[in-house]
Amino acid sequence: MKRWYMVTVVGKDRPGIVAGLTEALYRGGANLGEASMARLGGNFTIMLMVQIDAEANELERLMAPLARELALRVHVDAIEGRLHEHLEPNVRIAVYGADRPGIVAQVTEALAGAGLNILDLESDVAGTEAEPIYIMTIDGYARDGVGVLEAALAPIRAGGIEVRLTPIDTLVG
Amino acid sequence: MAVLEVLHYPDARLKQVSAPVTEFAADLRRLLADLEATMRAYPGCVGLAAPQVGRFQRIAIVDVSSRPGVRHNGRLVLVNPQVLERGGEVVGREGCLSVPDYTGNVARAGHIRLRAQDATGGYREYGCVDYEARAVQHELDHLDGLLFLDRLVSRRDLFRRKVYK
Ligand SMILES: [Zn+2]
Repeated sequence: MKRWYMVTVVGKDRPGIVAGLTEALYRGGANLGEASMARLGGNFTIMLMVQIDAEANELERLMAPLARELALRVHVDAIEGRLHEHLEPNVRIAVYGADRPGIVAQVTEALAGAGLNILDLESDVAGTEAEPIYIMTIDGYARDGVGVLEAALAPIRAGGIEVRLTPIDTLVG
Repeated sequence: MAVLEVLHYPDARLKQVSAPVTEFAADLRRLLADLEATMRAYPGCVGLAAPQVGRFQRIAIVDVSSRPGVRHNGRLVLVNPQVLERGGEVVGREGCLSVPDYTGNVARAGHIRLRAQDATGGYREYGCVDYEARAVQHELDHLDGLLFLDRLVSRRDLFRRKVYK
């Protein structure tokens, strides 16, 4: 029986990781689902939904030669996942400010308390080593509306963090 | 009026360029009524182009009047539409009846002027802004075989501020 796994891969970034991994999975009879892949701090990271008629350890074996060759750490979890489970975001949140400990915790705690479910978060540290800036974008679903989020962010803004909320009204045509 | 079947990508016909309308007769009025019925059959849908229902003619309808707080021209019937002017750039999220279960961010002009014929062949001009301008550009793309998937922008582009007005 085919089932879904979440495959997590971390390794030093180099050309050919995605090609090598997806080729090994294809040859092993696996289907690929949704994925998120990014270079983070010189590492390459992969979160990938894989569907295959095999046990977790067999799936791991499929990827083992490549993992050895490219020095990748691979982790496999059986998941309840399914495709076509997308949730539509209704708000986009852009945050930036001088980097300091606790920004993400403060912002996301305020947002969670105001009913935000984060669907997608991407963040980066830019600027210079002496004066780093933290930049984050979030797509989410505000259960109680965007106005409630605005109110919850007032103390964050007072602390010098720039936060911009934009309602998302998805056009269907 | 009939609710027509909507084509879904990867149907290759959605990628073809539609032909100009030359006859403004009963057939056209019937197709417009069917497009309207089909659009109304999908709650939240604000526009539909003829190629989405397998009729490869340069016809689209747009109606964003149900959206709260949106500037609009009412129900737009666009036959052989042509954009005369466009300006500004705004990133917004779009989905499509022809691309189920996916939405994405697309950059569009924030305001446009267009000329189109109506059901009887008469020429009309419209100024559209914001959400209505986005809807019109989305539908006009269908007439040229383009989907919003052809115009996706990266998440980094979301930092762009709205620059219309
Ligand atoms: Zn469409």
